[in-house]
Order: sequence, then structure tokens, then C-alpha cells
Amino acid sequence: MNWLLVIAGAVVGAPLRYLTDRAVQQRHDTVFPWGTFAVNIVGCLVLGVLTGAVTYTGASHAVQLLVGTGLCGALTTYSTFSYETLRLAESGAKFLALVNVIGSVTAGLGAVFVGVTLAEALWG
Amino acid sequence: MVDGSMDPETDSVPGLWRVRLRTQGPVVGVVALGGALGASVRYGASLVWPVGDGGFPWTTLGVNVVGCAVIGVFMVVITDAWAAHRLVRPFFGTGVLGGFTTFSTYAVDVQRLIADGRALAGLVCLGLTPLAALAAVWIAVWLTRRALAWRHA
Repeated sequence: MNWLLVIAGAVVGAPLRYLTDRAVQQRHDTVFPWGTFAVNIVGCLVLGVLTGAVTYTGASHAVQLLVGTGLCGALTTYSTFSYETLRLAESGAKFLALVNVIGSVTAGLGAVFVGVTLAEALWG
Repeated sequence: MVDGSMDPETDSVPGLWRVRLRTQGPVVGVVALGGALGASVRYGASLVWPVGDGGFPWTTLGVNVVGCAVIGVFMVVITDAWAAHRLVRPFFGTGVLGGFTTFSTYAVDVQRLIADGRALAGLVCLGLTPLAALAAVWIAVWLTRRALAWRHA
């Protein structure tokens, strides 16, 4: 059952990442990987809300597996983030590579804190 | 979109959507399948190597670093050496590896450590993960290129 919950979340999360990335990348003509940046930050926000919900409402283990491990886990990615950063650096955009790393890490952690605070305001 | 005016199917909006569905449908399908596989392996890793309350999140770190090393090898092979089927990259790169690695759990791991009063461990996790991940993808790309060049020499 637990495995099915993870799979059900991932079956939605991974295509959502792919389609969001495509949609975002079509709408700008810079080399910055805004698509991956966007899904990672949104995933951090959602997982932050879920983390807060677990603390304040005791959200069930099933919801954590479905939304946390499955959906948010598959929606966000570290491998593409790293590879795109390396590509930026190799193509000569070293500054943008650095901005991508520091920006993603800062915004991701910030989004988690916003999510937890949001959950506290809703259910705290 | 390409040669759209030449294709009677794309002259109408429903026709355009039909073409999109035909080209994008299988891609979305293999991304979903790969994502489910990758996420299952990550979940399996969390069961095999559980991290206790307040423990350092080594499992997430390990999963992400391994996923970054593998994508480095995969992208070089698929770009420089192997004329793979068009669904291989979305299945394995976007699906399996994207589903296996996770940015959200990494960020929440850091937040948890800080909330538990372990700010130093949180900072270590915050900085060590991207450093190790970038080193992994860089070394993997470099080694794979060397191996391919050696094979062709």
C-alpha cells in the first residue's frame, strides 16, 4: 500500500515537472534554467506546507507518502539542477551557474519556511 | 509547429492538439513511468537506510549525489556515443533520475535540522549537498568523456 501511494504521487509529479519545464522554457529566451528552478521552488513550498500540516494537524503517514515522498519528491529534482548548472558553467556562463546554485538553495529553503509558516497560520 | 501550415491536421485547433498529443503523449507517459520507478527506488533507500529523529539526513544526500553522478554519465553517453530512441532520454533522464533525486526533501531536511536546534548540522547539509552533487556530476561527465575518447583512440 505504501509503495502504491509513493508511485501514485510520482506518476503525477514527474510529468508535472516535465510539462512545467517545457511551458516555462518556451516563454523565455535566456539560458537560465527557469523551468527546473520553478518546479523545485514550488515543490519546496508544497512540502513545507505538508511538513507544517504534519506538525499542527498530525497529517497521516499516507498523505506524507503520497504528497511528500511521491508528488513533491518526483516534482523536484537534484540531478537536472546539477546537470544544468554544469552546462551553464561549461558554456561560459559561470556567473549564472553560481546564481542558479545560490538562488535555488536560498529560494528553496525560503519556500519551505514560507510553507511551514502558512501551515501554522492555517492550522496552528 | 514545424511545417504546421503544410499539414492539414494542424490547420484547425483540434488538429493541432491531436498532433501534440501524438508526439507528447508517449513522452509524458514514459516520464510518468520513469518517475514512479525512480521515486520507488528512493523510497526503498529510505527504508533500507532510515534516518532517526534529529539524525543527519545521509540517505537524501546519498540519493541525490548518486543521481547526479548517474545523470553525468547518461547525458555524455546519450549525447556523444549512443543514438538512442527518442523516448530514452525522457524515460531515464527526466523520469527515473528526476524521480529518484529530490530537491524538496533536501530543503525540508535542512529546515528540520534548524527547527530542532541543530543549526550547524543544517548549515552543513545546506552547503555539502550542492557541493557534493556538483562535484559528482562534474567528475562523472569528465570520466565518461575520457572513457569514450580512450575507446575511440
